[in-house]
Amino acid sequence: MAKKLTLDASGIYYRQLNEQIREAVDAGTTDFVLQNVNGQRYLAGALEGDLNFEIQGVPGQDMCSFMRGPKVRVKANAQDGVGNTMDDGTVIIEGLAGDVVGYAMRGGRIFIKGDVGYRVGIHMKAYMEKLPTIVIGGKAGDFLGEYMAGGIILLLGMFSDKPTEPIAGRSLGTGMHGGVIYVRGGVPKEQIGPGLTTQPLDESDRLVIQGIVKDYAKELGLDAKAILASDFVKIKPFSHRPYGNLYVPA
Amino acid sequence: MKAPERYYDFQKDISGCGVFGVIHKTRGLIPGDIPIRAMTCMHDRGNGLGGGFAAYGIYPDLADKYAFHLMCDTQAALDSAEEVLKHYFTVHLAEPIPTRKVLAIIKPPILTRYFLTPKKDRPQEVRELGEQDYVVSAVMHINHKVAGAFVFSSGKNMGAFKGVGFPEDIADFFRLEEYSAYIWTGHNRFPTNTPGWWGGAHPFTLLDWSIVHNGEISSYGINRRYLCEHDYLCTLMTDTEVVAYLLDMLIRKHGLSKEMACKVFAPPFWDEIERMPKQEKEAYTALRMVYGQALLNGPFAILVADNTGLFGLNDRIKLRPLVVAEKDDMVFMSSEESSIREVQPELDRVWMPKAGEPVIVHLEA
Repeated sequence: MAKKLTLDASGIYYRQLNEQIREAVDAGTTDFVLQNVNGQRYLAGALEGDLNFEIQGVPGQDMCSFMRGPKVRVKANAQDGVGNTMDDGTVIIEGLAGDVVGYAMRGGRIFIKGDVGYRVGIHMKAYMEKLPTIVIGGKAGDFLGEYMAGGIILLLGMFSDKPTEPIAGRSLGTGMHGGVIYVRGGVPKEQIGPGLTTQPLDESDRLVIQGIVKDYAKELGLDAKAILASDFVKIKPFSHRPYGNLYVPA
Repeated sequence: MKAPERYYDFQKDISGCGVFGVIHKTRGLIPGDIPIRAMTCMHDRGNGLGGGFAAYGIYPDLADKYAFHLMCDTQAALDSAEEVLKHYFTVHLAEPIPTRKVLAIIKPPILTRYFLTPKKDRPQEVRELGEQDYVVSAVMHINHKVAGAFVFSSGKNMGAFKGVGFPEDIADFFRLEEYSAYIWTGHNRFPTNTPGWWGGAHPFTLLDWSIVHNGEISSYGINRRYLCEHDYLCTLMTDTEVVAYLLDMLIRKHGLSKEMACKVFAPPFWDEIERMPKQEKEAYTALRMVYGQALLNGPFAILVADNTGLFGLNDRIKLRPLVVAEKDDMVFMSSEESSIREVQPELDRVWMPKAGEPVIVHLEA
């Protein structure tokens, strides 16, 4: 049976707040509501297992870093470093998120309703059954999916505060050597990193996107049909080892 | 939030400066409590080796006088600096900057403020200078030639307050909760390349300009040499100092707009210039050719204020965070949204500006 705990985080230093949370987890609490959160770092960091968090207020840097399993819902905007090296679980952000979301992410899902900052999905990687996934409902800054080695980034550009901006910033997928970035509609050629191009989807891509969008729309109360009403393009690395000759020519 | 007792026993200290700014567009006065609480929320972005604030509109009764804030190691240094001031200026008021004893603030320098107007009968060697150049030359003279004395604020109806400590302790020390201003900026320092000393804390100022900065100016060497050719001498051992002087040179002396100065600091990439319409392309090419040595390389998020407004700017690949928010007549700029929510929970709009694109807010009328 789920054991619930509501914590008022106002004025509590991040270390004490995280200590309280960990003690409660050890005591068997599984469902947390954190009220009046404002800037506390590392929330849900390195926690494991089947836990639920609802975060009210703006969480601080590196929320859900190294997390393995919990489901975390943020009822506001999030700051930088969400899901840093996250291993498993689900993060839902009902507002926008800052820079380096999903940095070196290895598994799990991050669903963001609005815009995101720079270097989102940098160094993401996949291994066997681990397939990290980031969905961005708004637009992304520069270097989305930079050095990406695995996983899926789905960029919708629909729920953005920046009507005149391109859907993705400069240098999209620069240094990418694994994984895939799907972009709803399309993306201007000059925004894409060197050597990369957009490609049309095939049937298996469509199935993957439909599956992800269904979950994303459900979690954020959005209309999956409307999201899927437009076609997508994909950006993938141009070979298995695109940079194999960069430093030591074969 | 404030670190609990014995925070220094924690094993790890992960940081990177924090900046905060707020402007009331119609000059409504914002109590010092606002920037202090916002900076306190970002306590962990610094490490106690530098904190500071700039405030505009704090000396309304002496608004036509240049307000010089001086820090001096010794009484002898202060005496020498005062001699220079009297050589250049008529002194209308001289007093210690009000402070209180704060346990966390150790060995502060002697802090004094002067309200000045240039002498009618100016010294021969600087007689030809325009009034503001005259003031700049006095600042440079003291900072460069008077050992142990530094002018750390020299504008009108504004002032910088800074030193070694966390920003909340520096604010406590300078009794900043007693001031109200229509623009505030604040800084929490985590020194990386240069010493954490009183002069090296942010903001850096010259005349009405003040700047707080998160990041590092890798082009410091080139910027500094360039400024030296134009009689701006860097003496404060922190990279950010060059930005204050570059602003003065580009905007006040060369007549560039704030927008143009920002495009000098963080120009578009050559491939972007290549795709521009002809006229824009020529303008940006010219700007890069003429002011290549004023380009700021390296990561930065800066907040710049003067008596006309506040602007925020990121380096062109956005290696430091910056969030902007609006609420009625107020605009906030900060490293973290939480610091803004700390003082203004309800906001009309929150966004992260694009790399290299300034957010410029002007005071109305």
